[in-house]
Amino acid sequence: MFDLDKWQEIFSTIRKNKLRTALTGFSVAWGIFMLVVLLGSGYGLENGVKREFQGDAVNYIAVNAGVTSVPYKGMKAGRYIQFTNEDRNILHRIEHVEKSSSRTYLFQENNIISYKNEYGTFDIISISPDYRHLESLTMINGRFLNEKDITDYRKTVALGRLVYEALFKNEEKAVGKYIKVSGVPFQVVGVFDDPGQDRDLRRIYIPISTAQRVFNMGNTINTVDLMLGEADMEQSLHVVEDVKQAMSNKHKFDPEDNRALFIFNSIENYKQFMDLFAGIRMFIWIIGIGTIIAGIVGVSNIMMIVVKERTKEIGIRKALGATPGTIISLILQESVVITAFAGYIGLVAGVGLLEVVSKTLPAHDYFANPEINLNIAIAATVLLVIAGAIAGYVPARKAATVKPVVALRDE
Amino acid sequence: MISLNNINKTYYTGSNSLHVLKGVDLNIEKGELVSIMGSSGSGKSTLLNIIGMLDNYDEGEFHLNGEFIQNMSEKKAAYYRNKFIGFVFQSFNLISFKNAMENVALPLYYQKVSRKKRNMRAMEYLERMGLTEWAHHLPNELSGGQKQRLAIARALISEPKVILADEPTGALDSSTSMEVMELFHEINDMGITILIVTHERDIAAKTDRIIKLKDGIVDSIIANGERKKWLADQVMA
Repeated sequence: MFDLDKWQEIFSTIRKNKLRTALTGFSVAWGIFMLVVLLGSGYGLENGVKREFQGDAVNYIAVNAGVTSVPYKGMKAGRYIQFTNEDRNILHRIEHVEKSSSRTYLFQENNIISYKNEYGTFDIISISPDYRHLESLTMINGRFLNEKDITDYRKTVALGRLVYEALFKNEEKAVGKYIKVSGVPFQVVGVFDDPGQDRDLRRIYIPISTAQRVFNMGNTINTVDLMLGEADMEQSLHVVEDVKQAMSNKHKFDPEDNRALFIFNSIENYKQFMDLFAGIRMFIWIIGIGTIIAGIVGVSNIMMIVVKERTKEIGIRKALGATPGTIISLILQESVVITAFAGYIGLVAGVGLLEVVSKTLPAHDYFANPEINLNIAIAATVLLVIAGAIAGYVPARKAATVKPVVALRDE
Repeated sequence: MISLNNINKTYYTGSNSLHVLKGVDLNIEKGELVSIMGSSGSGKSTLLNIIGMLDNYDEGEFHLNGEFIQNMSEKKAAYYRNKFIGFVFQSFNLISFKNAMENVALPLYYQKVSRKKRNMRAMEYLERMGLTEWAHHLPNELSGGQKQRLAIARALISEPKVILADEPTGALDSSTSMEVMELFHEINDMGITILIVTHERDIAAKTDRIIKLKDGIVDSIIANGERKKWLADQVMA
């Protein structure tokens, strides 16, 4: 294999046919380049989505009240279900639920939030303090809402970083200041950041109890969020069943009625995404390998021509005592060298492009850090060597069957 | 050294068949310098190819150096070719992208001789052929005579028992042809059997025996053998 003469022969034939070799190599390089770029992009997509999930606690269940769609125990369909504080307490007691939070989006006629002359429209969400774990919030300034805010019906508010930046353009300190939420003054207790999307930073949080009192919501809530900690898929599905059962008992709807409650299970969602990415990855491999096969056919084709051109030389070698084995290994090695070298160039180019993209492209919501890991690079390299061997095999067999008499015939 | 007994060979191309050798009987002793003559199509090249194990025969018996040669595997044939036979061709058949030294060294490559050693040996043979200063030139930088001497050096390097030359002077002018024949005589004097296919009378005249082929059989054998006889007389005297 590492025989200097063979290398010398390979390089001298390559040198003799620079353009041809380059074109052949290009098809293989292109195949690998495409595979690398596709895989890298797929990975970038996966990274981006994973980062999205990072913004939220991965393991949570959001339960929203809906409208019944089937009659149940004498009550007709089409009944609106309305959650109250009581429902959160019921759901909180379900097994595997570690933390819970009420949540109601406020849609006031006048959703404007203002501070002095600055104002803007942002999401207003009333929540329980444990909600911060669901969003994985970190505080930049001050504190988040706490139980005391709830029990004392305090008019306190936590601002998203972007809200803070919008309202407090000229003043660095927001904590302690009063902002107006739909005309009602609330005291800022903290500014938070969120590793997720910007959307999560264009919102403010106020205590659910205060919101119910100030904005005339009585004791109603829209959503109950349940955080499950380390519960696995099966346990989380079990929690969903328990939720349905408990709410069905309380609100008198058919537990099989899947329109009475809208339940979002993040672990299920997460798993769906992961399955999707497994599918995408497989799809990419199929396309990539298809492209590489096209390259292999190209190399094989060229090697066929090489064998034909070198028929006489092969005949001479045979007359001088070359066995079919040495002839096969000569052609095979040349093919492997061309594919491996060209493929390596493709690999480097692909990785280089991904590097440039991940360095220059601003981190997008659904695309982050496209890259190829070492395993895939190794797999691609192995694939290349195998590809080269496959590409060279048929021509090599042909070369081995060259009859010296025929090859050496003059004219 | 070479013994052929009723050798038959037919070529098939599609539905046509061509019976080229129709029972050739021939014996060549060790150390002989023999030429094969015949008009084109008489089967002389085919015969040489069979002796050189480049081709199979259909019928008959062929012994080379006491070994019965028949339908052997390619690998084995390659081994015998490498060990017993050196080829010299009309069109030289040098490898164009290898320099003179590498061309000469090639048979040793297939004997798995180390690079250093085979290049050293190649240089020795080049020296004997007076080509030392051309060692690093490519074949197309050499004259016809030089190329043929190079080819002969390549045939000799594996120290074969037999040298088979197919029209070795066919592409050379007459003075170079004579030089090459001189070279063959020298080699022959070392004890190597040489078989030359030629259609040139003056070349054939310089060999010990002329075997004339006609229509696939041995037509006549002319022993001119004066030179050997003369040498033998010298020794006796």
